[in-house]
Amino acid sequence: MLETWVVIFIPFAYLALLFAIAYYADQRADAGRSVINSPYIYSLSLAVYATAWTFYGSVGRAAENGVGFLPIYIGPTLMIALWWVVMRKILRISKQNRITSLADFIASRYGKSALLGGVVTVIAVIGILPYISLQLKAVSASFTTVAGAVPGVGDTALWVALFLAAFTILFGTRHIDTAEHHEGMVAAIAFESLVKLVAFVAVGAWVTWGLYNGFGDIFARVAAEPALSPMLAPFGGVGGDYSSWIWLTLLSMLAIMFLPRQFQVTVIENKNEDHLRKAIWLFPLYMLAINVFVLPIAFGGLLHFPAGADADSFVLTLPMSQKQELLALVVFIGGLSAATGMVIVETIALSTMVCNDLVMPVLLRMRALRLNQRRDLTGLLLGIRRGAIVLILLLGYLYFKIAGEAYALVSIGLISFAAVAQFAPAALGGLFWKGGTRRGALAGLTAGFAVWCYTLLLPAFARSAWLPIGFLEHGPFGIELLKPVALFGVGGLDQITHAMIWSMVANIGAYVAVSLLHAPSAEEHRQATLFVDVFKRPAGGARVRRGTASASDLFNLLARFVGLAAAREAFAEHARGGNAADLVHFVENQLAGVIGAASAHIMLASVVTEEALTLDEVRAVLDEASQVVVYSHRLEQKSQELERATQELRAANARLTELDRMKDEFVSTVSHELRTPLTAIRSFTEILHDNPQLPAAERARFLGIVIKETQRLTRLINQVLDVSRLESGRVEWHESLLDMREVIEDTAASTSQLFRERDVKLERQLPGRVPKVRADLDRIVQVVVNLLSNAVKFIEPGRGRVQITLAEEPGFLRVDVRDNGPGISPADQEVIFDKFRQASDPLTGKTQGSGLGLYISRRIIEHSGGRLWVTSRPGQGACFSFTLPLVNEAALGKAA
Amino acid sequence: MEQFDVRGQRLAALCLLGLVLFSYPVLAVFNVHATIAGIPLLYVYFFVAWGALIALMAMVIERPD
Repeated sequence: MLETWVVIFIPFAYLALLFAIAYYADQRADAGRSVINSPYIYSLSLAVYATAWTFYGSVGRAAENGVGFLPIYIGPTLMIALWWVVMRKILRISKQNRITSLADFIASRYGKSALLGGVVTVIAVIGILPYISLQLKAVSASFTTVAGAVPGVGDTALWVALFLAAFTILFGTRHIDTAEHHEGMVAAIAFESLVKLVAFVAVGAWVTWGLYNGFGDIFARVAAEPALSPMLAPFGGVGGDYSSWIWLTLLSMLAIMFLPRQFQVTVIENKNEDHLRKAIWLFPLYMLAINVFVLPIAFGGLLHFPAGADADSFVLTLPMSQKQELLALVVFIGGLSAATGMVIVETIALSTMVCNDLVMPVLLRMRALRLNQRRDLTGLLLGIRRGAIVLILLLGYLYFKIAGEAYALVSIGLISFAAVAQFAPAALGGLFWKGGTRRGALAGLTAGFAVWCYTLLLPAFARSAWLPIGFLEHGPFGIELLKPVALFGVGGLDQITHAMIWSMVANIGAYVAVSLLHAPSAEEHRQATLFVDVFKRPAGGARVRRGTASASDLFNLLARFVGLAAAREAFAEHARGGNAADLVHFVENQLAGVIGAASAHIMLASVVTEEALTLDEVRAVLDEASQVVVYSHRLEQKSQELERATQELRAANARLTELDRMKDEFVSTVSHELRTPLTAIRSFTEILHDNPQLPAAERARFLGIVIKETQRLTRLINQVLDVSRLESGRVEWHESLLDMREVIEDTAASTSQLFRERDVKLERQLPGRVPKVRADLDRIVQVVVNLLSNAVKFIEPGRGRVQITLAEEPGFLRVDVRDNGPGISPADQEVIFDKFRQASDPLTGKTQGSGLGLYISRRIIEHSGGRLWVTSRPGQGACFSFTLPLVNEAALGKAA
Repeated sequence: MEQFDVRGQRLAALCLLGLVLFSYPVLAVFNVHATIAGIPLLYVYFFVAWGALIALMAMVIERPD
């Protein structure tokens, strides 16, 4: 045993040293030369994760089942691997929104909901109580171990609680900071992290190499001990099954994110996002280092002490048993460091939450208190926080008294882990899923917390005989299905795994289901976007809230919460950097840093005549956005239309060019066609004129040629005139009812001379009677003559045969003129209907005729309402067909 | 700044690797009564694998862009 006064004096001296460090760091921070602005200090401060649980409890756990202490540190290592994605996002969001605590974070995400912040706070406080009681238990036990029972002081744990409360108040609530930074505290806990690591490694090394002969020696002795050897391969036996090991890993992954003190040091106290880079590997390394000697100490204790000794205090009792009192004192200080670090940060974090998210929102809503008119609220804020610290520690003490003594340290701590894991769905979900709503988060948190209370908290009370034990063994009112440790008959799981599975099912289920059932409000939607898309928009962007307030009102408001000097400084800072229109948001942000987002929102509403952000406004903003979309859509349409128009223009241009070319061609063809007969006429008449003594027969032959050429010329001129009349629409049509049989008979008769000349046979196939059609007789005759003479023209004399057929088809009459000539190549079949286009003779390559006949014929038939076309295959003759519509009966009757 | 840069993806992959390393069935492979230098295989495995994982994390995060 150490002298009692030493054991009391040394901790005081140590805590005084801490206080000095904190004071120094605060001074430096005020001077603008922060000592904690370093990734190494940041990493060490994260090691506040290692508490009395790690320092004393891990050994106890290891002595119980070998590997059971490890998931608590391996889980966080795995989670930290995700920090580059997850924590960086949380850091960015928290800095932009001046988040002051975990409750503030979740409340902000879901539309700055005061109710949600309150619920998170309540869950956090109740959930953390076991964890705090664990520290009290460990410190008081360690004190009793090194100093022995001190007569006349009563309950050591109560004294420890009160002492820690006083220390934390001195430490963390000396003044109010607009950003909720506690630089002094961070410096102190970073130092404590070093102390506890050094102390633990020192005792571990002493046990391993002082008490025994290295690792191999210890493990060899354990292997030789039949009672202990199963611990060397513990899974499936003393170490429990794999699934509970994995569940502990997952639980610890969530705890490292959502323990209020971890959130405090990782997010709130972070000075620079980039510090994360070093912390991502340094902090896991710290955890690895502090765990290396856990097993040697545990096994050393098991080998050294008789069975049944308290394994949670092996770290201390081993050196004590060997009269290593200085080492024991170092260990005691290390354990004290671990416990005080946890208690200080945890209670500061919780008191901030209690003040900002539980008490202030309620007080601010109570108009009777007239808080709005109080000049200075900094005193009130500090008072609430100090009260909260004392209250939390006393509640922790109470839990220790009620439920703590029946459990080992780690088992107590795990209950708290499971409680804070309930924040994961709402917090992580809200980080990546915009669809999560306030109601969903509330439902999830409440459901998860209720299951936690039922499956972990109540059994803890029952085990300590504060509730009837029958409740645990047979379920409430004897209903076996509702047994808190085997809900719905699911047994065979350890208590933590069982509670985790059911609470997560309830929590995630309720969160997702309720979120999907209700649409978020405008404010929620805005916050969701701010959080989820934090990397997609510049800082402070997308603020839709509008309001007007006088600068002096805003100044007074801020001054009431942070004090005059701080408010003056803040305004000066804003004047240097920001724009004036943004002052409302600036003040809200500053206030949020002191009293949390939800409270700041309420406070600001009192001075800002705010046009509340209605759904209409949000809709307007959305409309603006969608108008831009519509506009760009229209632009796109316009450009498409332009493109289409351009294409049409290009096509029209091409057609014009073609027409121009055709006109030129027409003129040159016409002059050529005219010149040929003229030249013939001229030369033959010159011969006749110059040679009067020409024989009569010769003269008659020449005159015949002249006449023929003249006829050709006349025909050609007539055709050209026809074309020009047809094209300009100046043709006079003399329509009458025609009997096509007569038309064809007459035409065949009048062209019979032509057929005889070329020795071509003309066959007629005419039905007995056909209905009449309405058309211009002369024009139709012209078409039939044209088709017949065309047929004759291309046919080989002697063997030729032309067949003309008349047939009635539904709605029209059809005339086919078929020949057995050379046929027309597919390429020529359309062009022959163009002006001056002729099919070249496949035999001679020459063309015959003017090339206007078919063009004119087609115009006539089309004018009469029919169609003219050709079907042909080269070598097998051609068939020109046209149709004429039948006159319907009514029209016929009228005409008659 | 991209949310899921290469570094974040590599670290996430390491997290998955860790989940595999520290769960069934990999743990069952080492849950035997055997020793390396006098230390039980399972405990050697835990600390070596854990240390290696941290080393990989450090390499990924500290590697210059």
